[in-house]
Amino acid sequence: MAATLPPPRLLPSGDSAVTVEFSRTIDDAANERVLALDKALAAAGVDGITESVPTYRSLLVHYDPGKIGFDALGERLLAIASQPPPPATKARRWRIPVAYGGEHGIDLEEVAKALNTTPDDIVARHVAGDYRVAMIGFTPGWSYLSGLDKSLHMSRRQSPRLFTPAGTISIGGVQAGIQCLAAPSGWHLLGRTPVRTYQLHRNPTFLTEPGDRVTFFAIDHKTFEELDRAAEAGEIIAEQVVA
Amino acid sequence: MSRLVVASIGPASSVQDGGRHGAQRYGLTVSGAMDRLALAAANTLVGNEPFAAGVEIGPFGASFTARDGAVRVAIAGAPRDADIAGRPVAMDTSATLKDGETLTLGFARSGAFTYLAIEGAIRGELVFGSLAVNARAGLGSPYPRPLQPGDEFSVDAASGAPELRIELPKPVSGPIRVVLGPQDDEFDDANKALFLGSEWKISATSDRMGYRLEGPTIKHLHGHNIVSDGTVNGSIQVPGNGSPIALMMDRGTSGGYPKIATVITADVGRLAQTSAGTAFRFQQVTMAEAQDEARKFAQLIRNLPDRLRSADAVALNIEALSDANVAGHAVSAVDAGTWQVTAEP
Repeated sequence: MAATLPPPRLLPSGDSAVTVEFSRTIDDAANERVLALDKALAAAGVDGITESVPTYRSLLVHYDPGKIGFDALGERLLAIASQPPPPATKARRWRIPVAYGGEHGIDLEEVAKALNTTPDDIVARHVAGDYRVAMIGFTPGWSYLSGLDKSLHMSRRQSPRLFTPAGTISIGGVQAGIQCLAAPSGWHLLGRTPVRTYQLHRNPTFLTEPGDRVTFFAIDHKTFEELDRAAEAGEIIAEQVVA
Repeated sequence: MSRLVVASIGPASSVQDGGRHGAQRYGLTVSGAMDRLALAAANTLVGNEPFAAGVEIGPFGASFTARDGAVRVAIAGAPRDADIAGRPVAMDTSATLKDGETLTLGFARSGAFTYLAIEGAIRGELVFGSLAVNARAGLGSPYPRPLQPGDEFSVDAASGAPELRIELPKPVSGPIRVVLGPQDDEFDDANKALFLGSEWKISATSDRMGYRLEGPTIKHLHGHNIVSDGTVNGSIQVPGNGSPIALMMDRGTSGGYPKIATVITADVGRLAQTSAGTAFRFQQVTMAEAQDEARKFAQLIRNLPDRLRSADAVALNIEALSDANVAGHAVSAVDAGTWQVTAEP
């Protein structure tokens, strides 16, 4: 029952945004409350709210202080957060192809060594995971996934890389990720996907949404090249699974 | 149609507008002008909407040549010498380039960013309602990258309207105002006092993503890793080395370092225009004060047209500006060659 859950904390983020924090840690239940509040806010249409940004454990709500003040907005947010969540819509499920190892996953061997196993075993554990898009952030389309196998939890690299390629599939700490654009990263690079979670002239521009479910499957490097060309041409090559 | 051709331009110069709103949930940052008031003032001078797309010019010089007709422009923001074919152009005024004439802008004397607005505004392909350049995401139009010599804009032919100046309020001096949070509870009272009580300087390795602050080391109460959460323009995060970074318009939409405080909306542009190496302080204000200032700031921008005057008195302004030009050019707060590198993700 939502009513018995502790209320979120309201953390001021300047004069035009407030962070509604449900947990300080990565926690699927808190993330579900974040996404539920995000949906409920969109449905409530609170005057003055300009944008909301779900993250693992909090919802950042941008607003216009010319239309609503911090205290009034805080009351509305707490009231809406205390309501039972709107009925859950069935999550979309994506199957994402990944070319593991080699030039596409330069850390695969090192991760296997660190965990005293083989690269194939690491791939098997990564592919076996049932993931959930907890948030999208940092750079366009960067999808942070919860659901990483506990045996794959490992600290980020001591020194982050200044460049990691577009489509990088990586793990860091307790998280897994789908990276869309080239970016710096301190995570361990297991492979690359030809899937673009963000592509400008495609409909939809953004493929993944917080709350979506994700599984991975391995492809060889030749298939990667083929799918990459199709994706570049605007084709959506991620497979959407109909339940 | 006329054309305005970029004859020369330094780094950290790009097309910017009010920014790209509504897609931060997908990791798409807002971008937009570092000094919103200055962009709005320049646009108002040539009759544009306040946040129409203009050229954000970094601390170095730049020049623009009119082709195929006259072009009416205006400049505001970081002060610098400017002339059209040898005729001085004062800051906060409009001016018209005849066909073939060149507007030449010197180095910023203080601050970093000067805004060039063009009558009728820059045209391009809107993405999420904005032409603003976000180089990392490959976004921005007509050029999805910083400007280069030879770039050009198709623009309206000059209307021939009388030239104007805009009387802006005297710039606020004094500390950059902040509200504490969202993670001020990750710091003890002594470290909060150290942050608020110390002198800070902006590092030269700063850019549109973030301004690195040089000063004392701020220690965390529980370590520097928090679970990533959302950021705003002006978030002041404290990474592991204890040197705060003020997140600016090209920030990541989420970050995994505790944020001790947030610069108030009315002062983000002032921070953006603080030259590298200049000492400044922060000052804590209450949420009520910050929101009051935000409302006044929005009202100031809405009412900019009321501040337009005939350009008759410009000669006096030029003298005042020449007198003020004693410091030489400012050291840049912005180095286009550096990116903020974080351990995030």
